[in-house]
Amino acid sequence: MSFLDKIGFGKLKEGLNKTKDNLIGKVNRLVNARGVIDDEFLEELEEIFISSDLGMDTAELLITRIKERAVTDKYIDQKELNELINSEIRKVFYETTSEFKSFDFGLKQTPFVIIVVGVNGVGKTTSIGKLANNFKKAGKSVLIGSADTFRAAANDQLDIWAKRADVEIIQSKSTSDPASVAFDTVNSAVSKGTDVVIIDTAGRLHNKSHLMEELKKIKRVIQKVIPEAPHETFIVIDATTGQNGLNQALEFSKALDGLTGIILTKLDGTAKGGIVLKINKEMKLPVRFIGVGEQIDDLQVFDSKSFTEALFEK
Amino acid sequence: MLDDLTNKLETVLKKIRGQGKITDTNIDESLREIRRVLFDADVNYKVVTKFINDVKEKSIGLNVLNSITPGQLIVKVINDELIKLMGAERSGIKFSDRIPSVILMVGLQGSGKTTFSAKLAKHLKSKGRNPLLAACDVYRPAAIEQLRILGKQISIPVYTDDNEKNPVKISNAAIQYARENARDTLIVDTAGRLAIDEEMMNEVAALKKSLNPEEILFVVDAMTGQDAVNTAKAFHDKLDFDGVVLTKLDGDTRGGAALSIKAVVNVPIKFSGIGEKLDAIEEFHPDRMASRILGKGDIVSFVEKAQNEFDLSESGKLEEKLRKNKFDYNDFLAYLAQIKKMGSLSGLLSMIPGAGKMLKNQEVDDKVLVKIESVIQSMTKKERENPNLLNGTRRRRIADGSGNSIQQVNRVIKQFEDMQKMMRQFSKDKGRGIMKKMKLPANFMNQLK
Ligand SMILES: Nc1nc2c(ncn2[C@@H]2O[C@H](COP(=O)(O)OP(=O)(O)OP(=O)(O)O)[C@@H](O)[C@H]2O)c(=O)[nH]1
Ligand SMILES: [Mg+2]
Repeated sequence: MSFLDKIGFGKLKEGLNKTKDNLIGKVNRLVNARGVIDDEFLEELEEIFISSDLGMDTAELLITRIKERAVTDKYIDQKELNELINSEIRKVFYETTSEFKSFDFGLKQTPFVIIVVGVNGVGKTTSIGKLANNFKKAGKSVLIGSADTFRAAANDQLDIWAKRADVEIIQSKSTSDPASVAFDTVNSAVSKGTDVVIIDTAGRLHNKSHLMEELKKIKRVIQKVIPEAPHETFIVIDATTGQNGLNQALEFSKALDGLTGIILTKLDGTAKGGIVLKINKEMKLPVRFIGVGEQIDDLQVFDSKSFTEALFEK
Repeated sequence: MLDDLTNKLETVLKKIRGQGKITDTNIDESLREIRRVLFDADVNYKVVTKFINDVKEKSIGLNVLNSITPGQLIVKVINDELIKLMGAERSGIKFSDRIPSVILMVGLQGSGKTTFSAKLAKHLKSKGRNPLLAACDVYRPAAIEQLRILGKQISIPVYTDDNEKNPVKISNAAIQYARENARDTLIVDTAGRLAIDEEMMNEVAALKKSLNPEEILFVVDAMTGQDAVNTAKAFHDKLDFDGVVLTKLDGDTRGGAALSIKAVVNVPIKFSGIGEKLDAIEEFHPDRMASRILGKGDIVSFVEKAQNEFDLSESGKLEEKLRKNKFDYNDFLAYLAQIKKMGSLSGLLSMIPGAGKMLKNQEVDDKVLVKIESVIQSMTKKERENPNLLNGTRRRRIADGSGNSIQQVNRVIKQFEDMQKMMRQFSKDKGRGIMKKMKLPANFMNQLK
């Protein structure tokens, strides 16, 4: 049973509707209005791409490709033009086959350890609640580790999410050392035979080296218990993020010796999250999930095909 | 990775120099680079487009094409325009006589309202206010608890009601509490909300209606991209907020959102958050933000370099000498050297508003300067220090020694004397600003004609 089936495909489309209105709606109107690829058309296309946070480089790359394709393909109608633009955008996405399509995939090792990182307020804790819920529903035992020992009431917030998802949580009221909470969590998971461990971390700006060192330490202590861990390291990126998103991904990746995926949150707003295309292009780091709301069900598996199709749907 | 504007412009300029000609196309090319820099900094597409047009017009007005340092000039124009756009005025929080004055915090999810509410409370306390915080985020798990903990950290009371789900009721009770407990300022923290979430936007509008706050602050993450204008505009349409708070500015984002928001809603940015500690709050500096958007501190130094090429300390010394009536040929030489150091008179002069027009049809000839120098260099040490010594025989000798005609020597002497006169006049002017000083060579140019 696929995850998408479980939650219903409609929700994805719903979540992306606003994005569609903005990006593809505009392209559609543009094609209708002009019906020909001239400089003015390309300029308007540039505006659409830039306004979606794709960044100048990605926008230029796409426009060059579309220009070239238009010359060789001699496109005719709107549908073909849409398909052309669609396929060029999809080419920028770095695609991997994700076992997360369903949450009941066979874990290569248990406990399967996931670390979630990102700058302040992007939606780490909320996404963890949603992830835990999905694993739990897929029949897996989950243990959440609350390694945000910095932010006021971070423990309480995660605790509420653990209750909502009906999973176990380890938090330390006494220590302010996030690494030791992570250590305890993984240890406990090993002794209990838990399937999935998710470690929440405090939000931190990627240019603060002492905070990035702290992350490295979290990873090191986890590896003392399970050398192969973490099995996934997700960075959470807020869809409203601009060009700084690439710096975020680069720096977190550097500190943690690589990331395995992006969770793109807040796509239920008006922001398009186009920065992930740039991150895809520069780092070959795939988007794994998208957040489309504040409720526990508002997490969806990212899939570039349905994502782009949903974008282009009329 | 993010190439700074200086490097990019230098590259463009090198190309221009290689072509040996400055054309409309070159200017466009420079502006395209600037456009890219602004996009990389997340300035909104429409804002950039308008900005570039404005700069282009200004540059044409300043006769950039005729200047030999168009890059520097353009950068200066851009920097000035940016600062202007960011808003020169810095306005603080409005208070009224009402007890309490109410500050309402609004914004998207995760923008940093709760932390900033606590920072602001601490800041206002240090300014002698007596704040109370009200926890009105009834949605996010543990949001109330978060504010409660922060309040404890800064020893400022927090009004909470864990059983009440209506923010209007909570905040009105908080007002009552403030009155009873001599709290003159109420800071109301609210839940993050999407601008397109009608229900939630209506909720905060109701909050505004009921509280009638003295100040509504829109809190926005400095890392926000193009969407900043949509969100700011929607919040502004609904709430007509009074100020913007830019959070997480301690990151490495260029922060173009600040410019976009200012340009679209024209509300001052009042504070920035620059760290997770509760005293990491700063009044907003538009000038610093301008240089940050253009590429960290580099741009400032670039502009400063352009300005400093006319060495102000040197010209200060000259003024001093003039005032004491001690301007001699050595000073004249030093002055000429300075002018040469500027690289180009017209380039520098065109930075002075109005001066560009003055020079419009005037070709600056470096050879004139060389000629003057050669005449002075043929003077003896004594003659240079004491210009009155220059009688007929000495002038003849100088002419022969420098390979100039006696008329040319006389012209230099005349120029020197005019210069003395002019500078004496100048030093009587009380004006000490840079522009006044930079007008010096402008007048000097007229002397050379
Ligand atoms: N609309 C919307 N809001 C979201 C989404 N994901 C998270 N949020 C909200 O964003 C805010 C911040 O979320 P958190 O989960 O606390 O973010 P965080 O990254 O853990 O924050 P810190 O730990 O403080 O760095 C909360 O108000 C969440 O409800 C989403 O997909 N859509
Ligand atoms: Mg968190």
